[in-house]
Amino acid sequence: MDVAASPCAPASRRRLTDRIGDLALHVASAAAAFGGVAVLGLVAYRVAYGAWPAIRTFGISFVWHEAWNPVTSRFGALDFLYGTAVTSFAAVLIAGPLAVAIALFLTELAPPAVRGVIGSLVEMLAAVPSVVLGLWGIFVLGPFVRDHFDPWLHSWFGRMPLFSGTPQQAGMLPAILILAIMIVPITASVARELLEAVPSELKEGAYGLGLTRWEMVRGVVLPYTRGGLVAALLLGMGRAVGEAIAVTQVIGGFAGIPTSLFQPGDTLASRIAAQYQGAVSNLHVASIVYLALILLVFAFLTNVGAQVIVRRFEPGKAG
Amino acid sequence: MTASHLAAGSRVKRRKRVDFAVQAGWVLASAIAVAVLAIVTGSVLVRGVPALNGDLFTRTPVTFGETGGGIAHAFVGSLVLVGIGAAMALPVGVLSAIYVSELADRRVARVVTISLDVLNGLPSIVIGIFLFALLVVGRGQNAFIGSLALAIIMLPLISRSTQEVLALVPSHLREGSLALGVSRWRTIVGVILPTTVSGILTATTLAVARAAGETAPLLFTTSLFGNDVSGDVGHALASVPVVIFTYSEAPDPHLNDEAWAAAFVLIVFVLVTSLLSRALLARSRRKLERG
Repeated sequence: MDVAASPCAPASRRRLTDRIGDLALHVASAAAAFGGVAVLGLVAYRVAYGAWPAIRTFGISFVWHEAWNPVTSRFGALDFLYGTAVTSFAAVLIAGPLAVAIALFLTELAPPAVRGVIGSLVEMLAAVPSVVLGLWGIFVLGPFVRDHFDPWLHSWFGRMPLFSGTPQQAGMLPAILILAIMIVPITASVARELLEAVPSELKEGAYGLGLTRWEMVRGVVLPYTRGGLVAALLLGMGRAVGEAIAVTQVIGGFAGIPTSLFQPGDTLASRIAAQYQGAVSNLHVASIVYLALILLVFAFLTNVGAQVIVRRFEPGKAG
Repeated sequence: MTASHLAAGSRVKRRKRVDFAVQAGWVLASAIAVAVLAIVTGSVLVRGVPALNGDLFTRTPVTFGETGGGIAHAFVGSLVLVGIGAAMALPVGVLSAIYVSELADRRVARVVTISLDVLNGLPSIVIGIFLFALLVVGRGQNAFIGSLALAIIMLPLISRSTQEVLALVPSHLREGSLALGVSRWRTIVGVILPTTVSGILTATTLAVARAAGETAPLLFTTSLFGNDVSGDVGHALASVPVVIFTYSEAPDPHLNDEAWAAAFVLIVFVLVTSLLSRALLARSRRKLERG
């Protein structure tokens, strides 16, 4: 044994503490790391378990059943799924092009000094707490939408049912705008990282062929980063779907299927947040947890989906 | 000049015009984002500052109908909630980052990082519902559960940024130490961690800034609180975001004003800390990259 071979006692003692130290650090850090993994597993398990009474009562048809009635104990998620789908999709439709344009401005056009300033301003927008954005939505954006934006939309597109009805302060439209504001900075910062990874030889080659900046972007940068940009939009979408607080504050809290964007509605997340004080029965609680389970599944799919896409289109592997 | 020359010339002109229009669109998009930030912070400034006064920080809410009062209970509660949350998330986050970057083999490391990324991508209201179903149902709310929710939100943020800083530690430091016969744990604790302390601290500050503004996970865990200033985590404690949330929908305009004032304090705290820590993070990163 090497300990016996060592004539020097402090050295062997040191070797012992080293071995204990190595083991302790390894065990402690592995415990922390797998603790994180375990939390994720526990979240999934406990939310599914908490939703179980509602799953047993309503089954999977909960998802497409349209009712939310604590009095008759009949619950379904269709109204909120619809609200979530419409608001998130519309928010991505507004925020996606804006975010990509901002990322292109920051990587391709802006001089370094401007890039630093505008870049951190856009990141500051991401740091605004959602409850503050919601407060602003109630008192500033909501009245603006009711008095100016709704009538303007109505005068142009009033024939479409989407933009018909009485302008209101709380409704789907303010929620869409708030969500768009929230996801622009996140999508832009992911897109920016992707765009920065495009090799400059490719860009310079395109410029060397006499292309304009936009032609270079369209011909080189966008094809190179396509997959990643889709993933960035997906992450933005996931964020919009899960946002509860700001949406609750501005959407008006209405169970039903609004046919106009001027009407109030509700999303999965906003319905959960709005019910924090008032669950009356076990089934009611379980139904709220069921809504959270749908959110959880969706968040899992978008995150893993984005990871898979990014990995498949990883810069360097493309082309 | 021949006709084809002219056609080529007009084509170039058209290409240039398209190019200009598209780039103008990029500038416009950036201007819109900055304008939105200016409008939001401007509104909070305009509405929040007039409502600011000493009472806001030193007094507790008055009964309905009276004027005056403040939200001292919320400031103290937020301090307690975020402080305990950070104290739980920091060691776990740093240790898990050490495991992933320094000790685990690649495949295991990937499982851990993907799980933490998914945890980071979970809507914060789902974290709130999780702890509600796990700990609140049957027992009632308390502030410790709220801190736990904030810790779960901070954990992936701290772990991820610590991993990034650890990856920047030059490998010659690590190899030099190991080559001298220094054991792994001494290398990590004595050589690697000291170079990353400022990075880890700024990452924690960033996570604290994020957690301080989180409302959703607190709604189901610590929102049914009294009006007294308290630090007792066995009961539900007030917090600044939850107070803003409830006051923003209150019919009393005086409470709306208090919500704006609290929003002003919160936004200043969040923006200042996140800007500062971002600047520090960039600096420590540059230092490590040079070293």
